[in-house]
Amino acid sequence: MHLDLNTIWFILIGVLLTGYAVLDGFDLGIGALHLFTNKDEERRVMLNSIGPVWDGNEVWLVTGGGALFAAFPNVYATVFSGFYLALMLLLASLIFRAVAIEFRSKQPMRWWRQMWDVSFSAGSIVSSLLIGTALGNIAWGVPVDANGEFAGTFLGLLTPYPLLVGVTTLALFMMHGAIYGVMKTEGELHEKLRRWAMGCIIFFVICAVTLTMSTLLYVPHMAARVRENPWLFSVALANMLAIANIPREFHHGNDGRAFLSSCAAIVTLMALFALNIFPNLVYSLPNPENSLTIYNAASSPKTLGIMLVIACIGIPVVIAYTVSIYWIFRGKVKVDRMSY
Amino acid sequence: MDVLTLSRIQFGATIAFHYLYPPLSIGLGLMLVLMEGAWLRTGNTLYHQMARFWTKVFALTFAIGVATGIVMEFEFGTNWATYSRFVGDVFGSALAAEGIFAFFLESGFLAVLLFGWDKVGRKVHFFSTCMVALGAHFSAVWIVVANSWMQTPAGYHIVGEGIHARAEITDFWQLVFNPSMLDRLFHTICGAWCAGSFLVVSVSAWYLLKGKHLEFARQSLKVGLTVALVSTLLQAITGHKSAQGLEINQPAKLAAFEALYETTSNAPLVLVGWPDEKNEKVIGVSAPGMLSFLTHNDFHTPVIGLNEFKPEDRPPVTPSFLFFHGMVGIGFALIAVAALGFLYFRKGTLPERRWLLWILVFSVLGPQLANQLGWFAAEVGRQPWIVYGLMRTPAGLSAVVKANVVLTSLILFTLIYSLLFAVFIYLLNDKIQHGPDDADLIPSGKLALPAKN
Repeated sequence: MHLDLNTIWFILIGVLLTGYAVLDGFDLGIGALHLFTNKDEERRVMLNSIGPVWDGNEVWLVTGGGALFAAFPNVYATVFSGFYLALMLLLASLIFRAVAIEFRSKQPMRWWRQMWDVSFSAGSIVSSLLIGTALGNIAWGVPVDANGEFAGTFLGLLTPYPLLVGVTTLALFMMHGAIYGVMKTEGELHEKLRRWAMGCIIFFVICAVTLTMSTLLYVPHMAARVRENPWLFSVALANMLAIANIPREFHHGNDGRAFLSSCAAIVTLMALFALNIFPNLVYSLPNPENSLTIYNAASSPKTLGIMLVIACIGIPVVIAYTVSIYWIFRGKVKVDRMSY
Repeated sequence: MDVLTLSRIQFGATIAFHYLYPPLSIGLGLMLVLMEGAWLRTGNTLYHQMARFWTKVFALTFAIGVATGIVMEFEFGTNWATYSRFVGDVFGSALAAEGIFAFFLESGFLAVLLFGWDKVGRKVHFFSTCMVALGAHFSAVWIVVANSWMQTPAGYHIVGEGIHARAEITDFWQLVFNPSMLDRLFHTICGAWCAGSFLVVSVSAWYLLKGKHLEFARQSLKVGLTVALVSTLLQAITGHKSAQGLEINQPAKLAAFEALYETTSNAPLVLVGWPDEKNEKVIGVSAPGMLSFLTHNDFHTPVIGLNEFKPEDRPPVTPSFLFFHGMVGIGFALIAVAALGFLYFRKGTLPERRWLLWILVFSVLGPQLANQLGWFAAEVGRQPWIVYGLMRTPAGLSAVVKANVVLTSLILFTLIYSLLFAVFIYLLNDKIQHGPDDADLIPSGKLALPAKN
């Protein structure tokens, strides 16, 4: 594997989507846990723990989508038109979740807040499930015809393996969000989140083990590269260690380190996913020769080059101010009159 | 209905709804910079109160703008997949650049703008406000680059044939600065400034009418009316430049805007009228020679008419004509309103002229309507092309998406957007009724510390 522009863009899109999973992952997780408490004050604290950052986190998805459009237009076109209804549902859930954060605390009425609390939570849960299921379908393979068009149906996307990936993603985000919540809160809610986090860790580990077994048994091509290059097993090992380290750090009360381990678990999972699908972007089943790869679905080298310049200018700047913003809003959440 | 009609309705409806919000973010972004800047310069805490109040309104429009904006990015792929394959190399770059340069900037610093009032010093906060406004303007830049490329493609060549044909970049800067881009960008941004400033003007005029928050209203009007006057005047100039560009780049569109069928020297400009497509003329009042004069700076130079184009290459005349004239009419009315308001404000007699205050209250609808009509004119006038001269609209559709599926999503979005709009109006009204917070007259936290010079 030599590093050509197509490979670089495969990696860059991977970085953007991993950034999305690590960052928006915890605020989707907070959303999924939102209804676990029915105290208004606690719900507000949870909302405000992600208040200043959720919007920027979602931009990773928007930019990832834009980058996919620019670098691999055929993949963007095939997947987006092929997964039409699923994406419309994802859009609807992302919309509800976004506006619910903004609208919820603007009115004091109980029904009003309950309505937007449910929107926020349901939107977060459905988004996580759909994102995971989409990823699961890419891993399993989807029918693609000789013209590179999707040849399946909406119901054909809802098979057990992709759904399992969906549920695992939800579990992962809930765990990630709960640990983030533990870091950002104090007092009674902090203790509650600690209990939920333990539950979520167990939920995630069960899902992760089941997913690993089913991948090895039923989706052999998703382990092929690691099988052929045993040194890559180090990534799988790092993933297992990262996951195992989460409850360990958590038990010792090192919430920050537990959160970092959770981030590492997401990064290594995405890395395993990327390593095994490479160089395919959409694996075609049952006709692997129709697969969309980083070569047959890419933009021209000139465009990839221009985009790389844009990315090299843009990404360091983005990282610099993302870090400063997390720094400004570090520490435990306090609800004040500017809060949601 | 067929999948083409449904997809066009869905794209048109979702973008029209989305476009209620970005102009407000851009325009209010500028207003926030001016207000907060005035506070830092003068130390007058009234400006601080204004900045705080309008920040809340900004946050509301921003949230809906973001939520409805993701839909747009997805819809190119879901409904117009063939188009996406054809233009991805060119068009995708602009969208990706928008993400990296505009959205991250906007959303990152928005956190400080909204929640950082007590956490950072004055200068850092002001800097964040500037960055949010800049980000909003950047996103206009990249979107107008992308859209203008669809109107006046440049800096590309076509590779491949049949279904595998696609446009590839040959020159990035030619693509970015394609022939219509600068004129349309300035026109779009001035339209956004109008939207933001007239919202401020409208709410302030209403406070004056109700005798509430008088000091706040007067100070807001001062900023609002000034920006409104400047941007409506600039809007006329940038519009004129855009129309001149049309004659060179998209003559069929200009001809449809004026329902001009025969190529004529001394071409008339329709002031008020209705196109009669059957008899190929306009019923109404026209200024002879004015269209020639405006497009070529000369009364006698001919302007190209629709008959130079085959019927299948012409845009639909009646809607193009009406959208365009609606926009222009509202534009000139807004200049008059802004000028009158500004004049009487300077004289100090505006608060007594209740009729004018009422007009100012309703003037907020003007820029919104004109912005919508302007985009309708731009996009309908581009028809029958999705990329002007290169790809026809029906050819851009997704190959695998069926009509019933699009109908489902169209119904879904109609329901969601109706709900969102109702909630938006309800919350906006609530904020306006509540008015500025008197506690904001006294800056708190780190903002209370004087700026270090």
